[in-house]
Amino acid sequence: MQEIEKKEHKPLIVAFCCNWCSYAGADLAGSSRLSYPANVKIIRVPCSCRVNPIFILKAFQRGADGVILCGCHPGDCHYSTGNFHTRRRMGILFSLLNYFGIEKERTRIEWVSAAEGQKFSLVMNDFAKTICSLGENRRLEDLRCKKN
Amino acid sequence: MQRIGVFICHCGTNIAATVDVERVTEAVKKEPYVVFAQNYQYMCSENGQQLIKTAIRENKLTGVVVCSCSPRMHEATFRKTAEEAGLNPYLVEIANIREQCSWIHKDIEEATEKAIVLARTAIAKLTLNKPLIAGETGVTKRALIIGGGIAGIQAALDIADAGYEVDIVEKRPTIGGRMAQLDKTFPTLDCAACILTPKMVDCAQNEKINMFTYSEIEEVKGFVGNFKVKIRKKARYVDEKKCTGCGVCMANCPSKKGLNEFNMDLNNRPAIYIPFAQAIPNVAVIDPEQCLKLKTGKCGLCQMKCGAGAIDYTQKDEIVEREYGAIVVATGFRPIKLDNFNEYGYADNKDVITSLELERLMNAAGPTKGTLLRPSDLTHPKVITFIQCVGSRDVSGCGKPYCSKICCMYTAKHAMLIREKYPDTEVHVFYIDVRTPGKNYDEFYRRAVEQYNVDYIKGMVGKVYNENGKLMVQGSNLLDNEQITIPSDLVVLATAIEPDPSVRDIATKLTISIDTNNFLTEAHAKLKPVECATAGVFLAGVCQGPKDVPETVSQASAAASKVIGLLAKDKLKGNPCVSHCDENTCIGCSQCEQVCPYGAITYEEKEFRIGGGKTEKRRVACVNPAVCQGCGACTVTCPSGAMDIHGFSFEQINKEIEAICKR
Repeated sequence: MQEIEKKEHKPLIVAFCCNWCSYAGADLAGSSRLSYPANVKIIRVPCSCRVNPIFILKAFQRGADGVILCGCHPGDCHYSTGNFHTRRRMGILFSLLNYFGIEKERTRIEWVSAAEGQKFSLVMNDFAKTICSLGENRRLEDLRCKKN
Repeated sequence: MQRIGVFICHCGTNIAATVDVERVTEAVKKEPYVVFAQNYQYMCSENGQQLIKTAIRENKLTGVVVCSCSPRMHEATFRKTAEEAGLNPYLVEIANIREQCSWIHKDIEEATEKAIVLARTAIAKLTLNKPLIAGETGVTKRALIIGGGIAGIQAALDIADAGYEVDIVEKRPTIGGRMAQLDKTFPTLDCAACILTPKMVDCAQNEKINMFTYSEIEEVKGFVGNFKVKIRKKARYVDEKKCTGCGVCMANCPSKKGLNEFNMDLNNRPAIYIPFAQAIPNVAVIDPEQCLKLKTGKCGLCQMKCGAGAIDYTQKDEIVEREYGAIVVATGFRPIKLDNFNEYGYADNKDVITSLELERLMNAAGPTKGTLLRPSDLTHPKVITFIQCVGSRDVSGCGKPYCSKICCMYTAKHAMLIREKYPDTEVHVFYIDVRTPGKNYDEFYRRAVEQYNVDYIKGMVGKVYNENGKLMVQGSNLLDNEQITIPSDLVVLATAIEPDPSVRDIATKLTISIDTNNFLTEAHAKLKPVECATAGVFLAGVCQGPKDVPETVSQASAAASKVIGLLAKDKLKGNPCVSHCDENTCIGCSQCEQVCPYGAITYEEKEFRIGGGKTEKRRVACVNPAVCQGCGACTVTCPSGAMDIHGFSFEQINKEIEAICKR
């Protein structure tokens, strides 16, 4: 246990990106060579409304230090209304997590369109910086998962 | 037992320069179920694809992970490759190690580690992939074009030429758009009307083309091949079928205070009007804001005078429902408002005008019948100063950060035309840079300078003010390093262009992506310039980015060819990554039905065995895979976990999270 603590902690960030906007925004950030920290790992979802609250809990349980959800700007959802569900659902989840002791800065929801490569990079840099300053997340982490 | 093959692409040096591909190859071999891993210079090349096919056959692979560029780029390519080797195309996963890794990270150690994690994640997801078969849907053989400018007209003519029906929806009373307002077009100085109006007439006469002018899009439903669109035909108060366009009503209308939009508000028009002489359709329209009969109930002169009996004050908006296979968006542009640019004195001085206003002043059908007279006192201006980049390339936030692209050329055109027609006029042009790429464009600009002696001054203008009836243009001459003031009679602002504001509403209705400047986003900046992320929707003209007439026409034809390609198919392959319901766990609560934006979910009574030889009837959800678009809204809403989606299943995403979080 002590050994683990000695190692420098590299925060881990899971980003859920909507296939139609923010995933394409991440691609644009990539092709424009706009960097963001390597500890941001993206999971592609068809729409931000596909993100089950369980996925976010799961990420924290498995040791993620921050979770960010990116979707189309409200009103611009590829499926018309998906991100409205997300906005409502995640608002509740994030405040519940805050109640559990997961600082509200560790969860974030951002609207990034396919044309906003620069915004994507800025958002990820900023979020990674916030998570770095918060340090390691221990609240929901399941240490049994860490062993294997 | 699964047998997974992993293929790591170098992408030349795009990936290999920052990701140690050998290390990734070795690392993925240790992952469960991976029986084969190989790296290659260009996986997407003929040889690379052959390599994948051979590996699939020789190693009896049950799944393939390709670590390469974004799935938005080559997922389709590799799925096809797998299919050719006899593997179900949906047993292919892409790990995006270019856009999400090698291109944004510099440190090799860091990038390699991330690439391994991304590969591991894709492998983890793939272990749960199921072979899927895409369903097929029919195609409505008709196209919708939103916007009747030159882009819409060209696209409509091309599609109609291929034998398909086309509807043009135009919000103004006539088609023709901005190009109809222009006097001449660069670089050949053709008269705009002479080249545009024959095309407008062709549209009217082509039996495949149906025009909805003075109409707007009310609602769009459906998907590629099967769009259902509601069109609002605004009340014209004139029967389109009866009106002959004779113009008697216009001559007799007592209310003549309406601003003439076609002439950029430079003069007035009657309340009942035909926008311009060559309007298509040549049918009058009543402006309800100005019409005395509609406002006060007293008048009715036009109805009395109309020989055709076409006037109908009781007309109401009408909603028409039509079905389409494809949609072209060609909503065009407008010059920006100049409220943020007080320094040019546009609001205070009648003789400070925009280029589009000058275009009308020089047009034979314009307010001055083509004689160049300044608006304040209708005299011939002797000194004319043009100011370029008004609102373009402006990062201060007052204007637009982009180059409007057409201004350098039209300013050169205006300068040249004025010097040609009125050789005694002095013409100055303030410019930051002159940008004239294009066939015969730079030659055109040089003609303005060399042959017509237009005075080009490199520098910006700080202020325009009125002094004793003269417009003093104060600016800097950077080449001579001096401040200059030019007393002018007329100042012309090369105003930036922006997408027509209606584009926002259209983008929302069609769920297409829009950028920070309100331009519509194409599917790929280089390789899919007319397609949208939304299948079946195509872009043409300035709604996608600043363009001149030749470029707009080429893009419109390109969009038309894409539409024709789509309409030529009898069946379209659908997306098999759609929702499905586990009937054994479904509790029939109807929540999924409520969140489904497509109405793809219905409920059925089904009989289930409950043991002991008994059965019970239960209400369960049924997904229509042809209608479902695969957003996944139902999957999260479902309280019993019965709803799931192929390709992005609950278990798959959980596996991905586990793989990412494994340290």
